[in-house]
Amino acid sequence: MSKKKAVIRSDMTRAQWTWKEMKRNKVAYAMIAPYMLIFTLFTVVPVALSMVISLTNFNLLEVPDVVWLDNYIRLFLDDDIFILACKNTLIFAMIVGPVSYLMSLMVAWFINELPPKIRALVTLVFYAPSISGQVYLIWGTLFSGDSYGWVNGILLDLGIITKEIQWFQNASYVMPLCIVVALWTSLGTSFLSFIAGLQGIDRSMYEAGAVDGVRNRWQELWYITLPSMKPQLMFGAVMAITSSFGFGGVVTALCGFPSVDYAAHTIMHHLDDYGSQRFEVGYSSAIAVVLFAVMIGANMLVKKVLSKVGQ
Amino acid sequence: MSKKLRTRKHKVVLNRSAGGDAGISVMLIILGAFMFLPMIYVISQSLKPLDELWMFPPRFIVRNPTFKNYRDLFMLMNTSWVPFSRYIFNTVFTSVTGTVGNLFFSSLAAYAMAKIKFPGRKWMFKTVRTSLMFHSTVTAITSFIIMSALNWVDTYWAIIVPAWATSLGLYLMKQFMETNVSDAVLESARLDGASELYTFWVIAMPMVKPAWLTLIIYSFQDLWNKGASIYIHSEQLKSFNYAIGQIMAGGVKRAGAHAASLVIMMFVPILVFVITQSNIIETMGSSGMKD
Repeated sequence: MSKKKAVIRSDMTRAQWTWKEMKRNKVAYAMIAPYMLIFTLFTVVPVALSMVISLTNFNLLEVPDVVWLDNYIRLFLDDDIFILACKNTLIFAMIVGPVSYLMSLMVAWFINELPPKIRALVTLVFYAPSISGQVYLIWGTLFSGDSYGWVNGILLDLGIITKEIQWFQNASYVMPLCIVVALWTSLGTSFLSFIAGLQGIDRSMYEAGAVDGVRNRWQELWYITLPSMKPQLMFGAVMAITSSFGFGGVVTALCGFPSVDYAAHTIMHHLDDYGSQRFEVGYSSAIAVVLFAVMIGANMLVKKVLSKVGQ
Repeated sequence: MSKKLRTRKHKVVLNRSAGGDAGISVMLIILGAFMFLPMIYVISQSLKPLDELWMFPPRFIVRNPTFKNYRDLFMLMNTSWVPFSRYIFNTVFTSVTGTVGNLFFSSLAAYAMAKIKFPGRKWMFKTVRTSLMFHSTVTAITSFIIMSALNWVDTYWAIIVPAWATSLGLYLMKQFMETNVSDAVLESARLDGASELYTFWVIAMPMVKPAWLTLIIYSFQDLWNKGASIYIHSEQLKSFNYAIGQIMAGGVKRAGAHAASLVIMMFVPILVFVITQSNIIETMGSSGMKD
């Protein structure tokens, strides 16, 4: 592993050199082999396979025909529910993603200067909902449709409403409620990453900043804190975006499937509907490819925006 | 010198206005209440006797706490068609084997990517990092086809093996090893003739204890909270979380038992987090994405 060996030698081509390096490091390949094999099989191949299958009319039973872009054309021109699902997904992700991101960052920042013991306790309070499995179902009890649901009970008791509201069966409440519940479970990995990022900032930077004319905590946040934790901001964004597209299970558990008037129907639900209920695998693969493109696109966009922090 | 430092520190304190402190405290309390109250409510609900569960107007906090709901839950468990111990076994078995495999394979790969300079390591890591950007729902249907081809549908393998290679596990482990395992120490071990496997296991791994604790927690939580899976059809292979869901399907008279089951399910991950919190935060210190 010494430096000398790593320099490309003039007496061999790049390919020859690479081959030699590969032979010399065969232990390394053996070490990554199990991981890469499983990762390829269950992450890379499924994505590639979706792209191929999306061009066919595969349905698990018959021999598939290649139909080229027919699935995509049907999806965008002939499937009103898909368009509705796209709209809902974008609303959902565009609210849950940024709000949960800012909430994670703000809370991490608020608690940064608390004494360690208290900080640990507050961290637990904010982080607990995201790791507690199905505990979000309690929102179904809080907003239950009968008068024993806490919210209905209080509203009835105070005389604000005269008849129980069927919260999760009412098209105008379903989406906002699901967003609230999603936000409740969203202070996860990015939150912990921000706490660690803030803890890792050198105190002397703040002192130097104060000398250089940083006057209040907002300036300090913008000019010193955020730029020094940019890598964490980036990682947190990826985590927040990815999970903001993955709340389909929460919606199904609270509103049933399909949700009333498809009011909370997202691309994930549409995918599940065609893939594992109707077995139109070709069509559902096209949905998966669209969703994949949207997620990667959202990540690229946010990366661009974040590179402007502190400028 | 010391006086100069103190005045500097004083200036830093001046950057904190009392109004700002108060504003932040109020925000923190409001957000904290939003996060915390539902958790209190689920615990309170699980301790309510029947007449309080169906009381109008409903109370947030239980007045006469009882453990009857928990006893009912265990009674319900004993009357189910597949013994409840079987669901618990399924969840514990898949969680433990999945987590152990993930810890071993992901760390092994992370070590090689972080500390051995072999051709291809950069694009391999980039691929894994890109996969953090999409949710696994995208690959669910085609993964099912692969599982069928392997004949793994309706076996434990379908749950356990994919859990052995998580992108987040490898990502966090590799980042942490890069900053926390010194090359000099590895180099001297290699010069002494130690094999890479020995260097990895005996020298590098003890240096990254926070990272493997984090990996264990993430992997365990993920598997512990797994509900119904599209790969599993047999009742005997289904998870504890799925069985808990069935309790709620049993109707309104089980509301108390259902709340009790939610409390039991959330207790394990929270306890594990409390024990390991400082290690997880330490690992997250190196989680950043550079480009």
